[in-house]
Amino acid sequence: MIGTFRAALAVAGIACAVPLVLAQSAADEIEKYRRALQDGNPAELWEARGEEMWKARAGPKNASLERCDLGKGPGVVKGAYAELPRYFADADRVMDLESRLVWCRVALQGMTEADAKRNPFGSPERKADMEALVAYVTGESRGVKMNVSLDHPKMREAYAVGEKIFFFRGGPHDFACATCHGEDGKRIRLQDLPNLTSKAGAQKGYTTWPAYRVSQGELRTFQWRLNDCFRQQRFPELEFTSPASVALTTFLAYNANGAAFDAPAIKR
Amino acid sequence: MADPMKIRANVVGDSTEVKVLMNHEMETGQRKDAQGKTVPAWFIQNVTATWNGKTVLNAQWGPAVSKNPFLAFKFKGGAKGEKVQITWTDSKGDKRTDEATIA
Amino acid sequence: MQTKHWIALASAAALVVGCAAMAPGPSDAEVRAKAAEVMKASFKDRGQAKVDRLTQDETQATCSQYAGKELPKDVAARIEQANLAAIKYPANGNYLGDWKRGEQIAQRGTGFQYSDDPAQPSGANCYACHQLTKQEISYGTIGPSLHNFGKLRGYGDDMKKYAWGKVWNAEAYSACTNMPRFGHAGILTEEQVRDVVALLMDPASPVNQ
Repeated sequence: MIGTFRAALAVAGIACAVPLVLAQSAADEIEKYRRALQDGNPAELWEARGEEMWKARAGPKNASLERCDLGKGPGVVKGAYAELPRYFADADRVMDLESRLVWCRVALQGMTEADAKRNPFGSPERKADMEALVAYVTGESRGVKMNVSLDHPKMREAYAVGEKIFFFRGGPHDFACATCHGEDGKRIRLQDLPNLTSKAGAQKGYTTWPAYRVSQGELRTFQWRLNDCFRQQRFPELEFTSPASVALTTFLAYNANGAAFDAPAIKR
Repeated sequence: MADPMKIRANVVGDSTEVKVLMNHEMETGQRKDAQGKTVPAWFIQNVTATWNGKTVLNAQWGPAVSKNPFLAFKFKGGAKGEKVQITWTDSKGDKRTDEATIA
Repeated sequence: MQTKHWIALASAAALVVGCAAMAPGPSDAEVRAKAAEVMKASFKDRGQAKVDRLTQDETQATCSQYAGKELPKDVAARIEQANLAAIKYPANGNYLGDWKRGEQIAQRGTGFQYSDDPAQPSGANCYACHQLTKQEISYGTIGPSLHNFGKLRGYGDDMKKYAWGKVWNAEAYSACTNMPRFGHAGILTEEQVRDVVALLMDPASPVNQ
């Protein structure tokens, strides 16, 4: 009697474990596949196009972006992304990379702000200048340790506001960023989720954007990632380079401090 | 002419290892755009690699090859400083040739 | 001499206290107000997702306030009671629908995004967070496994009512849960909730095999 019961339990145990094992090994195999894709990352094509664009004359002023100050001095691209977002005195506000690129395209190249912000997320039919520029600039911070400073009071304010937005429950589904990114070891379907409230999670999550998104065949930036998260949270649309996007980026980038930047990467 | 390829060629033992990243939309002809219209097929049909005037690889591709294709292959021979050339032609008759120096 | 010394000390102390009161920076409420202002200036209407979705109800506001912190027991109790009272039970007392349709609803991840067609039915996207059937290995782990939900708990009326309540308004049982309030928010229709409950509580459902 007991023997059969124990045997039945053991069988039941295995039967229950099998789908768990299958799901975990499927997730592991997918992770292996993603790592194998890193050789020959098409993001390099965006980096090359971005470098050309940085050096090319454009806009009504027919000027290049080579005098653009990303925070380390005019034209200094190497290591600049690892220190963004930061406060810029000329704009008197905190800016992430994309808002700073918009600023430079307006100030140096004479574009209107509307033109500089147009088509930020590309498609096969319409390539986005911004994605190429971001790929180039971020590539120049590869291997550099994240080093965002909260010295300036406006940076501290952006961080605090970003944190509040991260935990803001809203919309018909009551979702916040924290709903999916607030705990260790969770995943949606078979996609592992970084816990952005922990140092290790924030480091992993932040340092791998921008990335070539294989499923879209496009290079996607951090502004895109925030925009698409809010779409899936059932929120209205997050405006490109809006103050909320910069505040959230400040919160997450600072939390990632100390980790080596590892992008443009490749993702599913 | 289309956007340039990224080519890396390295000596490995008595062979040369070549890695090529090509810039191409590789449309299958099955995809529909945002307006619901079918996007016409447009893909690389032929890839040729040459070294010292010799063809070391010839490939016929179809719409199953993905966007921004990555091609890696090895051939016997090759020395540092020599050149490897890659040429592709596509279904619209467009063509692209790029060259790399073996490292 | 003594009184002068005392007054000097007192005013020095007042100065110190005053400075200390200024130094720490904005209060939690002030930061929340600033964040609300920043969000209002940063989101715009698109498709069916309008900016009025950023207006929080009592549950959302309270849960946001305590997010990342310990939720006090009395606050949790209030949230659960309020949400329990708001549950709409099926008019005819029939909790079970069609589990086959329930499985489709569990698999569907669209609905209410600005990229979604409002004319199409919404899914509940259960598999995003939960394991359900043994066959589906592409499941998430934000929520606990629901495999054998009915089989483990029994198929009685009380359990059916509980399952209905959980799907309709999960906050009624677990304050500040990550789970959406599918019936309460109108994400699923009453008929769809019935189908999801069937997926969980029908003995013939693959979830219970």
